[in-house]
Amino acid sequence: MEFFNQHTKLFGVALSLFLFLTLIVAILPAWNNQQSNKPLPGAHILTADEMEGKKIYIANGCVACHSQQVRNVDMDKVFGDRPSIAADYAGIGRPDLWSNTATLMGTERTGPDLINIGRRQPSMAWHLLHLYQPRAVVEQSIMPAYPWLFEVREKTGPDDVEVAVPEKYRSGITGKIVATKAALQLVAYLQSLKQQALPDGSRPAEFLYKKEKTISADNNGNPALPDGAQLYTQNCQSCHQANGEGLPGAFPPLKGSPVVNGDDVELFVNIIMRGYDPRPEYASMPAIGSINGLTPEEVAAIINHERSSWGNQAGPVSPDEVKKIMDFILLTEKSN
Amino acid sequence: METKTLLSQSGILITIFLILVPLVIAALLVMIKAGAVIRNYRRRQALAAFNNRIKSLSPAELDQLQQRKAELEFSLQHNELGGTLEAADRKGLIDGIDTSPGLHFIETKKRAQPKHDMPPELVRLITWYLGCAVFWLVFGTTVGEYLGIKFSAPDIDHVPWLSFGRLRPVHTNAVFWGWASIAMVGLAYYVVPRICNTAIHNVKWGYHTLLAMNAAVVLGSLQLMAGVNNGGGEYREYTWPVMVVFGGGILLTLFNFIKTIGRRTTREIYVSNWYVVSALMFLLVIAFVAYFPAWQNGLGETIIQGYYMHQGVGMWFMLFCLGLMYYFLPQQLNKPIYSYGLGILAFWAQILFYTLIGTHHFIFSAIPWWLQTVAIVGSAGMIIPVIAGTTNFLMTFRGAWNKVAHSYTLPFYLIGIIFYFTGSLQGTAEAFRFTNLLWHFTDFTVAHSHLTMYGIITFMLWAFIYTLLPRLTGNEPSQLAVGAHFWLALIGLLFYTIPLMTGATLKGMMWMDGKPFIESVVLMKPFWLWRAIGGSLMWLSHLVFAFNFYVMVKGRNTVQTPESAIDILNAREQMDLQTI
Repeated sequence: MEFFNQHTKLFGVALSLFLFLTLIVAILPAWNNQQSNKPLPGAHILTADEMEGKKIYIANGCVACHSQQVRNVDMDKVFGDRPSIAADYAGIGRPDLWSNTATLMGTERTGPDLINIGRRQPSMAWHLLHLYQPRAVVEQSIMPAYPWLFEVREKTGPDDVEVAVPEKYRSGITGKIVATKAALQLVAYLQSLKQQALPDGSRPAEFLYKKEKTISADNNGNPALPDGAQLYTQNCQSCHQANGEGLPGAFPPLKGSPVVNGDDVELFVNIIMRGYDPRPEYASMPAIGSINGLTPEEVAAIINHERSSWGNQAGPVSPDEVKKIMDFILLTEKSN
Repeated sequence: METKTLLSQSGILITIFLILVPLVIAALLVMIKAGAVIRNYRRRQALAAFNNRIKSLSPAELDQLQQRKAELEFSLQHNELGGTLEAADRKGLIDGIDTSPGLHFIETKKRAQPKHDMPPELVRLITWYLGCAVFWLVFGTTVGEYLGIKFSAPDIDHVPWLSFGRLRPVHTNAVFWGWASIAMVGLAYYVVPRICNTAIHNVKWGYHTLLAMNAAVVLGSLQLMAGVNNGGGEYREYTWPVMVVFGGGILLTLFNFIKTIGRRTTREIYVSNWYVVSALMFLLVIAFVAYFPAWQNGLGETIIQGYYMHQGVGMWFMLFCLGLMYYFLPQQLNKPIYSYGLGILAFWAQILFYTLIGTHHFIFSAIPWWLQTVAIVGSAGMIIPVIAGTTNFLMTFRGAWNKVAHSYTLPFYLIGIIFYFTGSLQGTAEAFRFTNLLWHFTDFTVAHSHLTMYGIITFMLWAFIYTLLPRLTGNEPSQLAVGAHFWLALIGLLFYTIPLMTGATLKGMMWMDGKPFIESVVLMKPFWLWRAIGGSLMWLSHLVFAFNFYVMVKGRNTVQTPESAIDILNAREQMDLQTI
């Protein structure tokens, strides 16, 4: 064909076809998405410090291992309450002249998703220690450590935030390890990452590919509780540790704890569901049970696991007992 | 997740099949080698038995044998017809007789074609391109190797500039824009004028482009390590000023090539030039779409990211390398491409389907469902250009398969083509919704990108470089060293990818089962170690390649006494000139 022998026409046609397809599958959908989506009402706008923290997050390439999106599939449920929607990202624009819009959705999960980390792990003390040395809180973690976000001082001032690093990870440092402004900004950014609730009346999309629930029964014919050890790993271990001993100066031990082993189940359930902060020497505990949407069966399984591990020998509690207390908590919260 | 249900998923079955293809071929090669060893061993056994027997021959038997020998040895004197005068080969028909059989430790392969007559300034330009590319390959994969080690030893250093998140894009971008891109453009500076049967429009512009590309990778890498990047989109980490420099260089070369094609002395534009020029044009479009801010707010950024990531791979690296393949493969096999028409079909099908599939990196995400579906359909459509291309290349091999065993370049071509088939179709299989559910976010993606960017692009580029450089410089690398390069790279790649794919599948099943996240990290640890081992082999092969490159450019520094008549006369002439 003669057409194939005329280079201007041939290359012109190839380029036009490519431009046309590009327009249809990239530019127009992108532009349309940008124009037609607005942030949800009440969506959090990053403060100046949080924005600086986000820039540190970008500069250090955290997106290489951490995504920020909940897909509409059941397996992503652990990372957020509902699937992410376009509106969640609508408020994000260019941070400055030099870098592009950073939605930081990511394509790799070498580490867990962070879209809701501010709610899943709200503790500043935890984040600072984890940034200084991830393996101090999560022994098997392979995340890089960021000690350069911290300083060593002889004395701490009134505004300084000291990090209680266990002896094993101090590598000979005798002074006080203090978070720099950058570390505090980064943590502020992480704490700001919370999924915004949908406006009243609108229901989130369904999670697809639901796991089939198999209900087994124990010897007495009662439905068996879920695996308490696994739930403990998922919800409690990053602070209270696998050996139940916590971390001195940061997270209290559960081994031999009077609350765990005591008879006051109501106090125990309350701590799990509503958080706890009575002791200044430890970081405050978030309302992890409510944040992660634990069911009475799951809470009972965790309690029983804690009461029977690491040398603890308190008797089990029943899910019915836990349910009653949880219902009561819900009732009082509503009436407030 | 039951293994049974896993095996009922078509995406999984396709992937398993695709992984098996190169394994089976490698196994076949090993079996053929082993068969030869066994046959040789049996022959030796038979020989030993025979030796025993002839020790006890009787005198009568010996006489009989002697007599038979005399009968068989009877021959004519060969001068019965021609007389006794010395014969002379007046036309020089017989040449290059090797009378000293060397040590056959490894098989001697066919030597490269003799040096071409090329303008020396163009040879110098191409050599510079390839030299820079080799540097970036070694640099980029050294960084990659270090990153691989960090998975097993996260506390190996606490230097901000070397932290994982900053170094990862240094590795990917250095091998993309440094190694592969510079090598491709350099090779095109040979192919484009050659098939136009004319001189290149402007050699100097070639140097400008090379300078721009190198400057971009140097600046980009330094920025990334200093913590300055474009906001986290994968492979889009260089900031826009850096990409403007890079794009400027590409634009200049595009113009250079179009000018050259414009004054070609052939009537038709050979299909290689379609691919090469289109790849250059499309890269400029892709970079513009990816860096222009007007449509990048909110999810717009993600849609563009999906488009950019995939077009960069498919419309730049793949398209360009296919173009080079359409030139170098027929050259090296010394026969025409099987079907020119199939090449044209693959060209248009590649543009049509590849452009659609970008968003398959964001399946189940918040981007529009219809766009995700288009991406999945486009991924399935990719079967057309991939099968057309693979068929075309393999059919070109038909009748010339015996050449593979006697060539040190053709194995690189063959592996590149096989991975073109398996790697591309694996991409299709990964885009199905179930397989995406299982593998997305896991290390499977990392394995896939190495199967393709390394198995396809890098192997093809090595094939082209080993074909071309000896023709330009007249120097050949040691065949043993090329063999070492090939096997280290191939075995390393298999060690790298197969454990990662296995581990990633188990990881995905674990996530679907709702196991605690940290358990999946613990699960991956042995697989990451295997990856580091495979990566080390690959890295080692690059050092061997760099050495081979040096030999091809500088020559092995051996003093040679002229032997052939032409060389002796030339030497004499030189000497006479000097005495004058």
